[in-house]
Amino acid sequence: MSNTKYTYAVARIRALETSLLDDAAVEQLMGCGSAGQALQLLADRGWGGSSAEPDMESVLKCEEEKTWQVIRDVAPDMSVFDVLLYPRLYHNLKAAVKAVCTGVKHPHIFYDDCPVPGKEMMRIVESKEFSRLPGNMPRTAREAMDILLHTGDGQLCDICVDRAALEAAAEAGKRSGERIIEEYADTTVAIADIKIAVRAQKTGKSAEFMRSAMAECSSLNVGQLISAALAGADEIAQYLQETSYAGGAEALRTSPSAFERWCDNRMIEILKPQKYETFSVGPLLGYLIARENEIKTVRIILTGKKNGFPDDAIRERIREMYV
Amino acid sequence: MSELGIVYALLGAAVAVLLSGTGSAIGVGIAGQAASGVVTEDPSKFAKVLIIQLLPGTQGLYGLLIGFITLSKIGVLGGGLADLSVQTGLLILAACLPIGVVGLLSAIAQGKTAAAAIGIVAKKPDQFGKAMLFPAMVETYAILALLISFLSVTGIQV
Repeated sequence: MSNTKYTYAVARIRALETSLLDDAAVEQLMGCGSAGQALQLLADRGWGGSSAEPDMESVLKCEEEKTWQVIRDVAPDMSVFDVLLYPRLYHNLKAAVKAVCTGVKHPHIFYDDCPVPGKEMMRIVESKEFSRLPGNMPRTAREAMDILLHTGDGQLCDICVDRAALEAAAEAGKRSGERIIEEYADTTVAIADIKIAVRAQKTGKSAEFMRSAMAECSSLNVGQLISAALAGADEIAQYLQETSYAGGAEALRTSPSAFERWCDNRMIEILKPQKYETFSVGPLLGYLIARENEIKTVRIILTGKKNGFPDDAIRERIREMYV
Repeated sequence: MSELGIVYALLGAAVAVLLSGTGSAIGVGIAGQAASGVVTEDPSKFAKVLIIQLLPGTQGLYGLLIGFITLSKIGVLGGGLADLSVQTGLLILAACLPIGVVGLLSAIAQGKTAAAAIGIVAKKPDQFGKAMLFPAMVETYAILALLISFLSVTGIQV
């Protein structure tokens, strides 16, 4: 009966999926004359807390917290979601290493809703007690500190930590034993590799640089991607045409923002079939990513309206909805 | 040897009740988890999900019915045990098997289908009728097994 352990969680998520924003709701938001009106519309849908005059940041933060609270409530095993926590965890490591090495401290650069919150991470890095960190983090923290202290190059330190985060995500995907989590982790790594290739090509980085920044994944050949990036932007698109990321090639030719949008849409596409699952962790992951996606879309719309961007510019960046 | 006959017959009644009852308990349990999930978020759907949750419970009732008829037939309920040969006892045991085995497996399958149907009610409550039909389809096979067990038990001459 072990395959029924997600029955309660999935049914609860099913009920919650009805309150996700659909395309019509996004159109309504787009139709609002100002960011204030859009915020009011969101408040009517239950977004944000009980604040009388909500601001964008507090509403979006509140929604993010609500989403994770639901997952913590329903998930029988939170470890399968490690893959989603790694970006925050490694961000904290990166921020702590830089803060310690440069001696400049900013209290608001950390995430607190992850396994090692900011203050704890600072204590560990300051005292160099790296063994208290999970997975490949002790080795990564040592390497990142050495790099920053010896070269003073923040970018080298970044790629060291970012690559470790990608490897940890791929490893967590495999460890989860859930096919959809593994697929999600692999796609995350592949999309990160594609982004690195695109940016490295534009900034004329070397093959060695790209090799040290990219992580291995099963859906892309890192060596071929690096060769394509060295040859040019068209070659990257050409290589992607031969892979399951062919849509990304088209988006790359359109614009950088279209490519970013495609990356998020691709993730939603692989998760959409999870709407019809009843006994697996998939619908939980689908809901979590769908919520992150809609929060990102709302942020884009509100920021665009606040800064008076034309509708076309906002629309180009709107993500595909899960429901 | 006539005592062994009554033992087999009683075993038949036990198999009918035990297996189908176990299946129903598991099935109703699975559907109940899904129902709880929906009601946690939307208590207004309580009545609809409760009806769907109860669907896998019928196999237990069918098993009970066959068990009851068997006990009545062999005189355990009416007073005065019937004098059964081993062959008749085994015939009654065989007659009870369909509802026992099919009841167990169909109730578990129905519980899973009911959990999925509860997902339909969670998202589209106006489709309740259609959602009910999917787990109800599984019921067909429990009814067929009940029919065969009933005809067999009542048809055996004691």
